[in-house]
Amino acid sequence: MTSDAVIAARDLGLTFQTNDGPVHALKDVNLQIARGDFVSFIGPSGCGKTTFLRVVAGLEEPTAGQITVNGMSPDEARRARAYGYVFQAAGLFPWRTIAGNVKLPLEIMGFTRAEQEKRVKKVLQLVDLEGFERKFPWQLSGGMQQRASIARALAFDADILLMDEPFGALDEIVRDHLNEQLLKLWARTGKTIAFVTHSIPEAVYLSTKIVVMSPRPGRIHDVIESPLPRERPLDIRDTPEFLEVAHRVREGLRAGHAYEG
Amino acid sequence: MKSILPILTVVAAIIVLWYGAAVWLNSKWVYDQAARAGVEVSFSEVVKQTMNQERPKLPAPHQVAAELWKTTVEKKITSKRSLIFHSWITLSATLLGFAIGTGLGILLAVGIVHNRAMDMSVMPWAIASQTIPIIAIAPMIIVVLNSVGIQGLLPKAIISAYLSFFPVVVGMVKGLRSPGMMELDQMKTWNASPAQTFWKLRLPASMPYLFASLKVGIAASLVGAIVGELPTGAIRGLGARLLSGSYYGQTVQIWAALLAAAILAAGLVGIVGLIQRITLRRMGMAQ
Amino acid sequence: MSWLLFAMLFWVVALWVNIRLANSSLSETRAVKLAVPVIFGVTVLVVWEGVVRGLEVPPVILPPPSAIAVKFATSLPILWEDFVQTFIKGTLTGYILGCGSAVAVAIAIDRSDFLQRGLLPVGNFIAALPIIGTAPIMVMWFGFDWQSKAAVVVAMVFFPMLVNTVQGLAASEAMQRDLMKTYSASYWQTLLKLRLPAAMPFIFNGLKISTTLALIGAIVAEFFGSPIRGMGFRISTEVGRLALDMVWAEIAVAAIAGSVFYGAVALIEKGVTFWHPSQRG
Repeated sequence: MTSDAVIAARDLGLTFQTNDGPVHALKDVNLQIARGDFVSFIGPSGCGKTTFLRVVAGLEEPTAGQITVNGMSPDEARRARAYGYVFQAAGLFPWRTIAGNVKLPLEIMGFTRAEQEKRVKKVLQLVDLEGFERKFPWQLSGGMQQRASIARALAFDADILLMDEPFGALDEIVRDHLNEQLLKLWARTGKTIAFVTHSIPEAVYLSTKIVVMSPRPGRIHDVIESPLPRERPLDIRDTPEFLEVAHRVREGLRAGHAYEG
Repeated sequence: MKSILPILTVVAAIIVLWYGAAVWLNSKWVYDQAARAGVEVSFSEVVKQTMNQERPKLPAPHQVAAELWKTTVEKKITSKRSLIFHSWITLSATLLGFAIGTGLGILLAVGIVHNRAMDMSVMPWAIASQTIPIIAIAPMIIVVLNSVGIQGLLPKAIISAYLSFFPVVVGMVKGLRSPGMMELDQMKTWNASPAQTFWKLRLPASMPYLFASLKVGIAASLVGAIVGELPTGAIRGLGARLLSGSYYGQTVQIWAALLAAAILAAGLVGIVGLIQRITLRRMGMAQ
Repeated sequence: MSWLLFAMLFWVVALWVNIRLANSSLSETRAVKLAVPVIFGVTVLVVWEGVVRGLEVPPVILPPPSAIAVKFATSLPILWEDFVQTFIKGTLTGYILGCGSAVAVAIAIDRSDFLQRGLLPVGNFIAALPIIGTAPIMVMWFGFDWQSKAAVVVAMVFFPMLVNTVQGLAASEAMQRDLMKTYSASYWQTLLKLRLPAAMPFIFNGLKISTTLALIGAIVAEFFGSPIRGMGFRISTEVGRLALDMVWAEIAVAAIAGSVFYGAVALIEKGVTFWHPSQRG
């Protein structure tokens, strides 16, 4: 394990006991994520990509192998507030305003009132939601809600961002826009991002490193280092380099029998 | 199935609490008796005496069980002291009232769904009626019908009927309206007549709602029949047993009648639930 | 005879007006939505009045609405005294105690999955029983005055409220609970910031059901004995004296009290659960 690995997994495994016998959600997963990386996890449903993210977050206990986050166990990292987690749905509390939702983790973590205000202002600016502080989530579009949930994950300044198909429920036009914004945000904040998706263009466009996974048992089939530059305008997706990477990802998914599922 | 143990634990806890409360509530009488007789009683003696008083503040569970046994199994069911006899009086009024209330309720609901004027006139009142204690009219219905010579089963059944009527109307309207725009448009594309839409879409879709209100309705009907037995010094039925028990301080009798009413309610709701399960399963709507 | 004719005529005209209104282009407006049921209600009263006068129905069977209104207006002190006894003392006290303790118990057993699995079916079972039957027992234990009525009310509202609160506390989504976990939120933080707010629609559902149950409990309990005041007491004694106008006046008080009580709780609900889809409208 290298010292600058933010997330390091060795021989990681997770088996659920169900009525139909054991299900191997993860098996022999070895992976290192370096500081400042943008890593995408791609694969069909059941390949364990979400489960891996949940293990990193300490929401699931692995049954085999080891994993460290910032050199600590996931549980310790969770208590040290090492990461912000963005779920598939925005999951904003409907009874709180946008500002109130972003404030929620700050209240729980015991920030002072003044500090809360300052941080809410800052992160809402980061995701382009100034002026919507007093709105309620259900008065906003789906894309804006998801931006608010990203602001909520950024509010307490963890240096890791775990994102579980955050744009999966949005239409493609909104998704393009949010992808672009996310890259800008990543460039500005220098955070380490782990990003689960089932969209090949999204994975290739966003990532410095693409982890291709395959199901039954959930394992890593291939890890592709992206040759694309860090600066990526939207039309980079029409370049031969982009299509080449996308092709490799597709090949990897096919070889991992991903399309049989 | 894994809920059996927790449920049994809770039931056991209730029985233990009941015994504890019986000792606590009945001990005062024992101490008073002892003080009057000028004797000291030990605690174990007190506990023993709280278990089998004739008119305890709170009869112990086994006393109530014994009374239930005595008045159901050991008495002929034609006897005025048989709880089965009294339960049947109440049950028949409940069932007749429930049938009337449900039938009229479903008819009104069908009318409301198909007639806009009826919907706008009646529906707000039907909903408002859910918030008012309509059972307060019960004594009046009994007495007024009595004065025009109608007695016995029917007045109680009328009270039962209107208590089950409103929940059925409101639930059934909700159910008949439950098909969405897409399903109704689908029927339209087939040029289905209103009758076809009703029989093939609205009515089947309303079944889960109907059964939910039937469960509420049958419980309300039973309450109506029992309350209907309170005025005019009725001498038959579970309500009359409750009332006469309270006049003469026969606590064991009250508790036995109460338990009989509970068993009746549980049985009725259980039967409706069973019909619901069978119907919905045959319709492929069971969860 | 002219009364009967007038009633018939009024009924036909009102019916025609309502059908026209309901099928007009204005039928979705607020005014029409209010006017139609009001016209219907007024028609019922007019037909009632006309039929009773026209057929000369004796007042010991059905008094006309006008006589009831007169009785209501001239008996205000008695009606108020009964209202205070039955509603303010019996119903409200029992309602607050019963609902409050049910919520407290629901939170107390919240951490025990075992207790919940046991109490929920038992609570559901008891909520369907005719609890009103405990009235004679409560009267025996707590005396004739309002305390026994409050006790019946507590028994009636406790289980529906408990079941609703327990269901409500389980209503937050798994994702939202995971979110709280990623913040390492404590049990109480999760309860206060997520699970109690998410439970509010369920809690208010229980509170609304309980308003009617509470009033029923307090009134019926008075049939088993009460001091010489109270709505249930008045109904049962005036029925015995065949003074039906007074009975109807008392029923009117019960209806107003019931709908205002429910309306007040619904209004508070609107303020607290403004965010819920059913309230956004």
